[in-house]
Amino acid sequence: MSDKSRKTFLMIIFLCVLFILVWVSDKFLDEYTMRVIRTGLIYIIAAISYNLINGIAGQFSLGPNGFMALGGYMVALLMLPLEQKKFVWFLKPLIWPFNSFSFTKAFFPLAIFFGGMAGALGALVVGFPTLRLRGDYLAIATFGFSQIIIVLANNLISVTNGALGIKGVPEYANIYWCLAWAIITVLFTTNLANSSYGRAMKSIRDDEIAAESMGISIFKHKLLAFVVSGFFAGVSGGLMTSLITTISPSLFSFTMTFNLLIIIVLGGLGSITGSVITAFAFAILSELLRFVESPINLGPIYIPGIAGMRMLVFSFLLVVLMIFYRRGIFGEKELSWDWVLSRFGSKNHQGVKVCPGKTEHF
Amino acid sequence: MSWKNGAFLALDKVSLNFGGLLAVSDFDFILRQGELVGLIGPNGAGKTTVFNIITGQYEPVRGRVFFKGQDITGWRPDRVTCAGIARTFQNMRLFGGLTVLDNVLVSRHSKLKSSVLAAAFNFPGYIKEEREAKIKAMGLLDRLGLADLAHMRAGNLPYGQQRRVEIARALAADPKVLLLDEPAAGMNPEETIRLMEFISGVRNEFGLTIFLIEHDMKLVMGICERIHVIDYGISIAEGTPKEIQDDPKVISAYLGEEACDYS
Repeated sequence: MSDKSRKTFLMIIFLCVLFILVWVSDKFLDEYTMRVIRTGLIYIIAAISYNLINGIAGQFSLGPNGFMALGGYMVALLMLPLEQKKFVWFLKPLIWPFNSFSFTKAFFPLAIFFGGMAGALGALVVGFPTLRLRGDYLAIATFGFSQIIIVLANNLISVTNGALGIKGVPEYANIYWCLAWAIITVLFTTNLANSSYGRAMKSIRDDEIAAESMGISIFKHKLLAFVVSGFFAGVSGGLMTSLITTISPSLFSFTMTFNLLIIIVLGGLGSITGSVITAFAFAILSELLRFVESPINLGPIYIPGIAGMRMLVFSFLLVVLMIFYRRGIFGEKELSWDWVLSRFGSKNHQGVKVCPGKTEHF
Repeated sequence: MSWKNGAFLALDKVSLNFGGLLAVSDFDFILRQGELVGLIGPNGAGKTTVFNIITGQYEPVRGRVFFKGQDITGWRPDRVTCAGIARTFQNMRLFGGLTVLDNVLVSRHSKLKSSVLAAAFNFPGYIKEEREAKIKAMGLLDRLGLADLAHMRAGNLPYGQQRRVEIARALAADPKVLLLDEPAAGMNPEETIRLMEFISGVRNEFGLTIFLIEHDMKLVMGICERIHVIDYGISIAEGTPKEIQDDPKVISAYLGEEACDYS
């Protein structure tokens, strides 16, 4: 078997095993655990989309929560049943065309796709004027954008129902949809990052002036990374909204961006597999660490429950990691079949060989 | 343009100032097809600025830049490169995180016809284009004796090899004109001689027109057919290496008024 077909074969087996695993856990695990897993999968999508713009194209954006909010509201507006819409918008009526239709369950993937398109459109609109900026300036501009989205969400009552939010979005984001979108995101982004376009983005990250002098249109490729990133951020926002069945401006506040930033920096900027692992770990840890926010009795010492203590743990982790592993757990590397095979597989396989055009392997 | 008959690349009275500092002033220059011309001058004379004006990093305040009879003044650098002018940098600017092969492939990207979606979904058309680009890039590295380094991270290579990779990367863009900004900077005499041979070889093999900036007189005098001297942004002399060596203006620019027996 050739190297390539072996990897395809392994990939198919891996996906089958993953599917069976999910099917089994869906059957036997309780609702709470499944929710954590679904949240983890959604975090994976959001983190990869953020890593594309920050780690691969090297543009420091602080706006993913804005794109997620766009996707979330789009999905809420499309999926909310009509009678629920009349019930939710009691302050001001919902604007046309959303007041005249709603998607049935069968169209849920389409609604998520439209959520992604909303995020992509938002990225296009924001990226056009701001991507001429570099470094800190871009970060400030995208931060401003995400704040604008939250302010709009609070005040455009006839679309977003303001701070009250939209309640009663059907919970169609089951484990299979979350998994399917996560797989699509991983495969699409990996392929894009390893393609000629991905190389162009990485060249811009490494040296903008040199990239431009090698015939790369800087603006076009930054915008491309931004729009693709916006699409998947929108998808993750849509899934998240459907998972927790409500959306309000506070759901996609700047804390979301901060969480994602922790995830991609911990996983390694530019490493997609790194983002997958840390995003999933982040979702699980967020639940496991709930105990630090409850009152703790340590013999003579009594610590009252402090909300937000979990973030302190993550921030501490980030500080420690920045001191000892400045480039994140994975650096820029990817967990690959080559590495897996060299560890566990046939002895004649050269695990450390670097494939042309691919990212470095372990 | 009658006065610039046969010009491949021409600068017509180009001026650029940074605030009050006149970087380049009324600079006239022509490059004929197939020539190898050197641009020399003391530190801060405006040599790199001339390069930056040609490649579009800077837009001149006055004057025009012509390439193959076309006015390219004010074009974006990527457009200039696609038109056929590639360059290297004085302080090398390789993509340190990418492999040598990927560095070269970046230059092929502007030739890619497949769309983003075709690339991300690995459509057969894209895979074919990618394979062709890789074959071409590997062929180029092979011809330049860099094939062994193809899968090394560019940032980890020794200095001299990085210089060669930078030239390879510029060549991958299929240029007609190659601009080399101090290719021998930081090299010892032996490396410089090897580089001279390398540049001459590249030129013959790819049929290039080369314009190079260099401090190393030995290199410039050895391979250039014509030399242009610039000082304080003003063109002070032009001619064959022999003529330049004997030009009193050049001697005074380099060695001060008194010294006149430089050769």
